[in-house]
Amino acid sequence: MIAAFARSLVAGCVVSGTPLLYATLAEVIGERAGVVNLGLEGVMLMGAVVGFVTTVQTGSAAAGVLAAALAGAAFNALFAWLVVDRRANQLATGLALLFCGVGLSALIGAPYIGRPITGLAELTVPGLASIPVLGPALFVHDALVYAALPVAVATWWALFSTRWGLAVRAVGENPVAAFAAGRSPRAVQYQALVLAGLLAGIAGAHLSIGVAKTWAEWMTAGRGFIAVALVVFARWQPLRAIAGAFLFGGAISLQLQLQARGVPISPFVLDMLPYVLSLAVLAAGGGMGRHAAPGSLGRVFQGQR
Amino acid sequence: MNARAIVATLVSALLVGPGVAPAQPKLIVGILHVGSITDAGYNQAHADGIQAMKRNLPEVEVIEVENVPEGADAERVMESMIKRGARLIIPASFGYLEPALRVAQRYPDVKFAHPGGYKRAPNLTTYWASTPEGFYLLGLAAGKVTRTNKIGYVVALPISFFLANINAFELGARSVNPKAETRVVFTGTFLDPAKEATAATALLDQGVDVLGVIVDSPITVVQTAEKRGAYSVGYHYLGAQKFAPNGWISGIAFTWGNLYTRFARQVMDGSFKSENILGSLGDDLLAIAPFGPAVPAEAARLVDAKRQEFTGGRAHPFQGPLKDNTGLERVKAGEVFPLTDLGKMNWLVEGVVGQPR
Repeated sequence: MIAAFARSLVAGCVVSGTPLLYATLAEVIGERAGVVNLGLEGVMLMGAVVGFVTTVQTGSAAAGVLAAALAGAAFNALFAWLVVDRRANQLATGLALLFCGVGLSALIGAPYIGRPITGLAELTVPGLASIPVLGPALFVHDALVYAALPVAVATWWALFSTRWGLAVRAVGENPVAAFAAGRSPRAVQYQALVLAGLLAGIAGAHLSIGVAKTWAEWMTAGRGFIAVALVVFARWQPLRAIAGAFLFGGAISLQLQLQARGVPISPFVLDMLPYVLSLAVLAAGGGMGRHAAPGSLGRVFQGQR
Repeated sequence: MNARAIVATLVSALLVGPGVAPAQPKLIVGILHVGSITDAGYNQAHADGIQAMKRNLPEVEVIEVENVPEGADAERVMESMIKRGARLIIPASFGYLEPALRVAQRYPDVKFAHPGGYKRAPNLTTYWASTPEGFYLLGLAAGKVTRTNKIGYVVALPISFFLANINAFELGARSVNPKAETRVVFTGTFLDPAKEATAATALLDQGVDVLGVIVDSPITVVQTAEKRGAYSVGYHYLGAQKFAPNGWISGIAFTWGNLYTRFARQVMDGSFKSENILGSLGDDLLAIAPFGPAVPAEAARLVDAKRQEFTGGRAHPFQGPLKDNTGLERVKAGEVFPLTDLGKMNWLVEGVVGQPR
């Protein structure tokens, strides 16, 4: 019984945490380049709807994921044009982008509500899946779940071990200095935001064709905002984002599991659990280390491009 | 008539042209939906009702708006419908009640019909259909079908009307299967398909083999059950069984078409008055969906017999003695919990695993 509970809890944690991880990584990359995108939720929704529609049309979930990534990238490129080229305020533009994404995705998705899809297939990892308890919990998932950790590590590697990552971080800290050193802040921010859009689109696709296997308006239900908060929790570090996303996903899973088991705690209290846990972790880690935000986060670069 | 009104009259006269009266529809009906009208759930039931009304009364025109947030936006949408000539407004979500009451006060000549059975105004009728009898019948069928004797329910929020439905369901299941228990998971929201999928999976992992659902759209939960080879019962809309061709047991659904036709006729002939309409299995507001292949013939017969008893007034879904799931007596032997008091049902009956608050 306990084993079944643990298996279900861990499996639920992985499923709930995966879209959060992709979305958090997306926001980490953008913010490292100095751009905060409060419209991440809108980008996710565009990914979710385009991924779902493509899956319905082609019958291929892989095509759906690809289309979702491209849609997210395109939508975030629009954001990049507004905040980088047009030098619009990032916070206001992000919020406008959010509602634009909510409306546009609802419009695109309306004829597809209730269309059945097979969605992403569950792949069983041979051998590992037969480990007691943890095997079925960790190694019977769709491809996007398995890809999430490598993508996080790749993001960390790209940001901290490549020249491109150095340029991204330099632009985020001080675009004037980066420009003086021969980097184009405009090009770097565009690249970072398009990459972020790719990941946010995949995050949305995992919700619509991986987990729920259905499209519903605003089905991200606030996960984009949770991801923006998780970036702060992760101190703009991709590897810490893994911990943040799965901690939060685990809390969502735990509260549903406890109810399914009939644990006598009020559902209202359980519904607060992920947020209470987040607050507790933030409070516990609040004073530690230096302030980790990129130096020029949210500022509009006024210099030459 | 002030200057602005004169100008407006002139402009509209110019636009319409002299002597040409535009073909006026006999009535314009405005309906607001909180979600999408293709959700195979709550909203589609209302939208299908309006479609049925249009078939019955082709001379009536409809202004239909989806995804209207509950609050000031709803007020604006209703006012804009009225400005476009709507004389009957159906704000088809419980949360539109307060905005609708405010608009109804400002436009006493416009008639309103609000689902929920909660509040009325001189020009606002309230309507709903009593669902516990239907849920009792679903429970009865599910109690016959389940092999693990565990049934799971994914529910948005622990509000009294939903608790009443779950209680009736469990009582129905236990009437044919004393070992049947119903486990409830509240998701805290009416629309979060990914969370609903996780909740459904959590219940299935606990050994549940029948899933029910009370959120706006049943699609995710019913599909999740089907994929895992479990059974499912639906709510709100008749068409939900297409998502579970094998595991479908049955569902109860709202069929608002005749009521909406009646409202429109009453507004047109001036006989509309504020009422408190509570439909039931006996009339045409509520339907039981066809049984799926999993339901044995015996269960179908039992459901039919019980249904006759309900509609004939010979049975009651909340017949005492009833204890709640903490052991407290809630309804004494020989008494019933009145269906008009469902708003006060803040407990879960013995046999339900879950917390009512």
